[in-house]
Amino acid sequence: MTPNPQQTSVAPESLLAAPDHASQEQITQEIIDFHEVLSKRSVAGEKLPQTILDFAPYRSSVLRSPTKNPKLVDPETIELWSPAYGQRDVTAIESDLTLSGGSGEPQGERITVSGRLLDSWGRPVTNQLIEIWQANAAGRYIHQRDQHPAPLDPNFVGAGRTVTDENGFYKFTTIKPGPYPWRNHANAWRPAHIHFSVFGRAFTQRIVTQMYFSGDPLFALDPIYNSIPEQKDRDRLVGIYDHSLTVPEFSMGYSFDIVVDGPDATWFEKEAE
Amino acid sequence: MQNKLIPTPGQTVGPFFAFGTDFEKKHELVHPHSAGAIVLKGRVLDGAGAGIPDSMVEIWQADSDGSISKARGVLNRDGHTFTGFGRAFTNDDGEFQFWTKVPGSVNGEAPFFAVIVYARGLPNKLHTRIYLPGTDEDKLLSSLSSVEKETLVAKQLENGYLEHTIRLQSATEHSQMETVFLEF
Repeated sequence: MTPNPQQTSVAPESLLAAPDHASQEQITQEIIDFHEVLSKRSVAGEKLPQTILDFAPYRSSVLRSPTKNPKLVDPETIELWSPAYGQRDVTAIESDLTLSGGSGEPQGERITVSGRLLDSWGRPVTNQLIEIWQANAAGRYIHQRDQHPAPLDPNFVGAGRTVTDENGFYKFTTIKPGPYPWRNHANAWRPAHIHFSVFGRAFTQRIVTQMYFSGDPLFALDPIYNSIPEQKDRDRLVGIYDHSLTVPEFSMGYSFDIVVDGPDATWFEKEAE
Repeated sequence: MQNKLIPTPGQTVGPFFAFGTDFEKKHELVHPHSAGAIVLKGRVLDGAGAGIPDSMVEIWQADSDGSISKARGVLNRDGHTFTGFGRAFTNDDGEFQFWTKVPGSVNGEAPFFAVIVYARGLPNKLHTRIYLPGTDEDKLLSSLSSVEKETLVAKQLENGYLEHTIRLQSATEHSQMETVFLEF
């Protein structure tokens, strides 16, 4: 993979900055109020999605989220299958992001992120693709739209991918990303995170998400993390320090299991084929 | 079955997905202009009717004969194996484009492209379908109003290519209907 930051067109900066430039206090209060309203709806019996789409504290969601509830449908056959991946698709080196840049070692805290890809019954999802991308240790993305005046690292690109093994395990070696400033509101900072793109056994199970690091002080302040109103759901996105994954004199270990959702009964019919 | 694990929730793809999700020929499921190749193109629009420049569209489909590819090699296309999966980034005008085949019917079901849309500002993925013009109605289509149905059926262009608009939100000023999105 040889990413070329030039190949993506530049979005006007106006698209990235929210026009109202709210304070952090205001955004934090909006998050608290929004969660309260959702909690009442939930108590009243409404079944809410794990991730709220029209989450106004995340300003750019206002024009980009549907106003109607999705239609509940039975998946058709094609949706019960997923693209197939294997070692043909990725090389081993692509799971080590510390080797992706120049010839030297990237700056920052080297980490190992490892876990299992499971379905909601706890069965491993094997031979499926996981793609990740992230900022460098200084919180800068190698992307021309990233205007954050932190240094780029000539020895770090920040993109990797791997295919889960026969037990659903995956492992990446990378650098702990720094927190990242953005323009949702005044003095807005994203908690440190790694973007994950994951394929399940069915196309319906596909997810794109973000992994955070436990104990981040920015959690309560971040509208993207809080677009998931339930703490038990947000906890699913947190990589946990795991000393057994720490490699002596090399890297700190974080454990991050990923559970793909549904589809329920129909999945078993297909398996029985 | 009981004791289901809590699924990992989705999050926005953010603004910088391009360098993490790019691969060669990602939007070319078949060679451009090869026999049977068509273009499937369109735009992803926001609630103001504007094109979304930082969106990603994925399609997953059957081959023209209705078979579902089990072949590996999406990320490393060999130039002749149909893997059924493609990914496109929208441009500054919110346009996306694929080179692909017309999907065939699987088990007698109405053929469609299974689609997922992602964007900066969209907190989670959205599933939808793109059906072929003149399609027979299946369970989903027959449950929809004609206005809703229109949001799921591609338009055929003169040369046999397909065009389809994905509207993440109704643009009230233009009274244009938002695309029907799906949950399973």
